[in-house]
Amino acid sequence: MASRFTRKLALNKDKIFNLVLSFFAVLLIFLGVGFFLSLFNASYLAFKKFGIGFFAGKNWDPVQEEFGALPFIYGTILTSFIALGISFPFSIAISIVLGEYFQKGFFAEILRYLTELIAGVPSVVLGFWGLFFLVPLVREIEIALNVPPYGVGILTASIILAFMILPYSASIGKDAMRLVPNELKEAAYALGATRWEVIKKVMIPYARSGIIAGIILSLGRALGETMAVTMVIGNYHGIPESIFSPGNTIASVIANEFTEATGEVYLSSLMYLGLALFIITTVVNLIGRFILKKLQH
Amino acid sequence: MRIFRFFLLAFLILNLLNLNSFSQDKELLGAGATFPYVLYSKMFDVYYKQTGIKVNYQSIGSGGGIRQLKEKTVDFGASDAFLSDEQLKEFSSPVLHIPICLGAVVITYNLPGNPELKLTPDVIADIFLGKIKKWNDARITQLNPDVKLPNMNITVIHRSDGSGTTFVFVDYLSKVSKEWETKVGRGTSVAWPVGLGAKGNEGVTGLVKQIPGSIGYVELIYAKQNKLPIALVKNKKGKFIKPELSSITSAGNVKIPDDTRISITDTDSEDGYPISSFTWILVYKEQNYKNRSFERAKQLVKLLWWMIHDGQNYTEPLDYAKLPSVAVKKAEAIIKSITYNGKPVYTEVGIK
Repeated sequence: MASRFTRKLALNKDKIFNLVLSFFAVLLIFLGVGFFLSLFNASYLAFKKFGIGFFAGKNWDPVQEEFGALPFIYGTILTSFIALGISFPFSIAISIVLGEYFQKGFFAEILRYLTELIAGVPSVVLGFWGLFFLVPLVREIEIALNVPPYGVGILTASIILAFMILPYSASIGKDAMRLVPNELKEAAYALGATRWEVIKKVMIPYARSGIIAGIILSLGRALGETMAVTMVIGNYHGIPESIFSPGNTIASVIANEFTEATGEVYLSSLMYLGLALFIITTVVNLIGRFILKKLQH
Repeated sequence: MRIFRFFLLAFLILNLLNLNSFSQDKELLGAGATFPYVLYSKMFDVYYKQTGIKVNYQSIGSGGGIRQLKEKTVDFGASDAFLSDEQLKEFSSPVLHIPICLGAVVITYNLPGNPELKLTPDVIADIFLGKIKKWNDARITQLNPDVKLPNMNITVIHRSDGSGTTFVFVDYLSKVSKEWETKVGRGTSVAWPVGLGAKGNEGVTGLVKQIPGSIGYVELIYAKQNKLPIALVKNKKGKFIKPELSSITSAGNVKIPDDTRISITDTDSEDGYPISSFTWILVYKEQNYKNRSFERAKQLVKLLWWMIHDGQNYTEPLDYAKLPSVAVKKAEAIIKSITYNGKPVYTEVGIK
C-alpha cells in the first residue's frame, strides 16, 4: 500500500527524506514567527496603554496599574554582562588547557567531565547553593567594604550566572582550539615560537570566531535564566545603584508575578516584558553574528 | 506489530475506563490558593476514603484559581482574597464565596537573642514604609522597655511573587495607615517602598534567618516550623495579641455580611489577632453550566457541606484556624443557595 503510493508520486527515498527535512525546517520558521505574533497579541493591551514608553518607565506598580520595564531591562543586561566578564577568563583558560595542554588523559577527562556536569545541574539547585553559600560570603565582603550587607543583589546573581554559563563558552571554545590545524602550530614552532607565542599569535586568532560564538550562546542563556537569579538577586523593583544593590531581571519578574496577576493590563504588561526579553535576546544574537562575520573576514 | 496492536488496545481500554469514571462524576476538580493547600489535601484525602469521591486540587495560586473558574475548567476555585465587585462583574454568572478556614500573617525578625517584641500598627507601617530605619528607634524601644535593642539597620523582607499572604498584610497596613493606603495600596503584589523580595513563604523565611536585623512577614505555620520569633501586635481594642489558633479564630468572630466577603484584618474582636483572614472556596451559584451533570453539582454541594462541618476537625492539627460558629452559619446559608436549573441542590443530597 505504502509502496504503491510512493511509486505513484514518483517519490524515492531521497526525495522523501528531503521533503521531511524541509517540512521541519519550515515549521521552525513558522514557530518562531508564531511565537513572536502570539506574544505581541497578548501584550497588545499594554502596548496600547504604555506604548514605547514602557521601555523607559521606571515604575512597576500593580496596584495603580502603572508599568515600566526599565529597571528590569537594566538588571537583565547588567547581570548578564557582568556574568560574561566573570566567566570569560575561566572559559578561555579551560579552552586553552583542554584544547592545547591536555588534549587527552586522565586530567583532561576529569576537567571536561566536571565542566559538563555544571551544565547539568538544575538551576534551582544552583540557586540554593547561592542562597546558603554564596550569599553569606558576599555579605562578608560587603561588611568589609562598608556597604549595606544584604548578601543578595546584582553581584551575587552575576556570580551564579557566570557559573551557569561557563560550560557553554568553555566547551565551544575548547572545540575551536582543537580545530586549529597542526601544520600551523608546527610551522610556528619551526620558526622558533614559544608555546605562549603559539597560543597567543596562532591559536587564539584562528579559533577566535569559535570562542566568540560560544560567548554569544552563553550570553543568550544568561539573559533568560530565571530560577537561580530570582533566588539571589533581591527582587527590588528599582534601578540598582551599584553592583551590591538588589535588583531584578525580566525573567525573574515574570516568574514571580505571573501566577497571581489578575488584572488584564497587569497580565498584558507581563507579556510585554516577555516580548521585551525576546527582542533583547534577538538583538544581542544579531550583534553577535555581526561581530562573528567581521572577524571571519 | 502484534505488540503494537496490544498497546493500542490497552490504551483504548484505559481511555474508556477514564471516560467512565468521568461520566460517573467520581472526581471533582479545583484550583487556586497555595495557602490552604496542606489542609485541603488532608481534607480531600479523608473525604476520598469516606465517600470514594476524588477531589483533585491544584495549588496554582489564587489568581490562577480565579482565572480557571472564569474559564469554567474547574468545579471550584480557591482564593485567599475575596473577589471585588469589579472582579465579580467579569464573571458570566454569579459566584459564591464559601469560607473554609482562617489563616494569619505574622511578623518575624532576626535580632540577637531573638527577643519577643511588641509592635503597634503605626510602627509596623512606618517600618515597611522605610521611615523607621534603626532597631533602636525610640518608637520601638518605647514599646519594648525590657528588650535591649541593638543599633542596627532594619532590612525589610517582602514577598517577590504575587500572593494572598501579601494581600492580607498590605490590606492590614492600608487599614491602619493612611499614608500606606495612598502611597502603596492593596494588591497581591505591590510596589514596595523599601526592602528585598524573596520568593514564597520559604524564601522570606530563609532571608530573615540569614540577614541580621531583618524583618519580614510570613504565614504562621512557616514561622512556627522554623522556630522564628513572632511579634505581638496591638489590635484595635488596644490589646497586644500573640498570633495563635485561638486568637485567629476569634478574629473572625465579628459581624459577617451574608456573602462572607469581609476583610477581618484590623478586627473589631477583642481577643482577635489583627492580621488574620478567611480563605474561601469559589463556586458558581447556578451549577448547570458547560453541560455539567446534576450529579456533579450534588457531589460539589456535599463536599462543601462536609468541609465546613466534619472537615473542620482537620484544621487545628495542621496549624490552620477553624471557622468561628458565626461564619459556619453564614456558609451554610450560602451552600443552600446553590442551584441547578434554578432549583436548590441541597434538598437533593439530604441536607436539612
